[in-house]
Amino acid sequence: MPVPSLPGAALRSLLPFLVGAPILVAVQALAPPEQAIILVNLGVNVILAVSLNVVNGFTGQFSLGHAGFMAVGAYTSAKITVAMAGFDIAGLPPSLSDPLVFALALAAGMAMAALAGFVVGLPSLRLRGDYLAIVTLGFGEIIRVVIENTRFLGQATGIPGLPPRTNLVWVGMGAIGTIAMARRLGGSSHGRAMLSIREDEIAAEAMGVDTTGYKVRAFVIAAAFAGLAGGLLVHYILLVSPRMFTFVRSMEVVAMVVLGGMGSVTGSVLAATVLTVALEWLREVEGWRMVMYALLLIVLMLTRPEGIFGTREIWDLWPRLFKRRAKAA
Amino acid sequence: MTQFLQHLVNGLSLGTIYALIALGYTMVYGVLKLINFAHGDVYMVGAYSGFYLANALGVEKEPTLVKAGIVFVGSMAICGALGYVIERFAYRPLRHRARLTALITAIGVSFLLEYGFQLPSWPGLPIPFPPGPTPRFFPTPFARVEWNVLGVSLSNYDVISLLVAVAFMVALQLIVYRTRFGTAMRAVSFDPQVAGLMGIPVNRIISGTFVLGSMLAAVAALLVAGSRPRIDPLMGLMPGLKAFVAAVFGGIGNVPGAMVGGLALGLAEEYVAGYTVSSYRDAIAFAMLILVLLVKPEGLFGRSRAEKV
Repeated sequence: MPVPSLPGAALRSLLPFLVGAPILVAVQALAPPEQAIILVNLGVNVILAVSLNVVNGFTGQFSLGHAGFMAVGAYTSAKITVAMAGFDIAGLPPSLSDPLVFALALAAGMAMAALAGFVVGLPSLRLRGDYLAIVTLGFGEIIRVVIENTRFLGQATGIPGLPPRTNLVWVGMGAIGTIAMARRLGGSSHGRAMLSIREDEIAAEAMGVDTTGYKVRAFVIAAAFAGLAGGLLVHYILLVSPRMFTFVRSMEVVAMVVLGGMGSVTGSVLAATVLTVALEWLREVEGWRMVMYALLLIVLMLTRPEGIFGTREIWDLWPRLFKRRAKAA
Repeated sequence: MTQFLQHLVNGLSLGTIYALIALGYTMVYGVLKLINFAHGDVYMVGAYSGFYLANALGVEKEPTLVKAGIVFVGSMAICGALGYVIERFAYRPLRHRARLTALITAIGVSFLLEYGFQLPSWPGLPIPFPPGPTPRFFPTPFARVEWNVLGVSLSNYDVISLLVAVAFMVALQLIVYRTRFGTAMRAVSFDPQVAGLMGIPVNRIISGTFVLGSMLAAVAALLVAGSRPRIDPLMGLMPGLKAFVAAVFGGIGNVPGAMVGGLALGLAEEYVAGYTVSSYRDAIAFAMLILVLLVKPEGLFGRSRAEKV
């Protein structure tokens, strides 16, 4: 592949956003409120599933603590927007200042979540497979217990009355950004190092891949985007409470990644979409929701453990339809 | 000093429960190298089967020793059967696949039990099953008697529970180290393939291990339900995870290690929660797990295995 010139490369990386923005603005203007909340949930779930795929899919580790990172991002950004509500940066009008504050708050949330991911990533130096799963689960629970015991973070009741900042454009941009990140990461040398760890850790190490470093990097990236998802979600429902970030939430995301196929970005997007919409239909029979998740996981593992797509992307399935992409890959 | 002794008593009674559950984890891990995530929920099912049996027998009205025995044996049988079914249909088909596959299935089974039990009861059944999300109250088998020894309050429940737990642990120790089944189990745990070549029925031994572990979980559940009668479908989640920590602490796959790990975790939890903030109780076990895995990942009595390329 020829190396694109600098403006070309910049344009290519901006293209998804440039195409996405007008569509999102139109959807935002047209969608009725009851549909909008489903779409926001969908976008948040896409961000969560695609980011978890970096750890569970690309790197082949197994994290069960995604909700904990989501909580870190959500609380950090919520604290900032609540503190900055009614305060205008550099005398800008609120219509400009508020989104700016929100963007800064989301960035701070991502940074804090990334820091938490770094701390969790460190023990993964020594642990593999099921041990790592339990440790990440434990970290997720510890984060929640600490929040429930911290007065500054509202303890068990959480922080109510957040300013409404998130809309479909924000969430859609977040989702596009996450997908673009995952795709470009997957094709980069970093991504290939991660894939090599998934395929055979010992061989990767023998080939000079810094396995520990890449595992920690995968954790940090995934955690940062989980923090973004958390920040976006709580500024839509205008409340942040520890109950939103339990083990169950982590499991939902794991189910999405597993269903879509660990390592497949499009698979994660598709699975997040299907599960979000399907569960919306199942809302009347609330009790069945988690039973369905459980049955889905068991049946999937018994019949097709690689998920819908395995490690392939959607265009690998019908190469003729996506001729150009298939050739490029 | 009184406070110290009180925490010791509480920690020991909590620790024996963790130890009983941890034994199930450690035995299954020994033979299959699988963390049976659903084990905590087998414990929950044990509490519920005891609840249904006790109500059917009318334990509350006229408790007798025979009825208590029936409740114990019945719950153990139900949990043993459940353990067998889980192994046979959820884990056995996946035995030769990647380990992560079995782990995800285990999580699925765990969720199926937890949330399946929260569904509204089916109409037309003689008992209200599934029990639904509201907590139920285990019937009290006999009056609670509190003794005061050196300022430490001690109830007859604590004493009975400790004795029963120790009796079952001794029995297990005898099974594992003194019977043909136990020898076969240790052989499978050492190397399933070679054990199979030596004529050991590996599948049957693995099933038996699941049944044995599930029965111990039922015992633990009944002992807990006797003194803390509130039972609900999610009651197995935390004890299950903590017992896993106990098993790792003692060296997973090691039977005496699980007992020591359970007691150590129970004591650590009581002392830390007793002398500091009690709401941090649930975080202690995980902090301990992370510490153990960082400092000595093979646990107290575990053997570390060299990585083969």
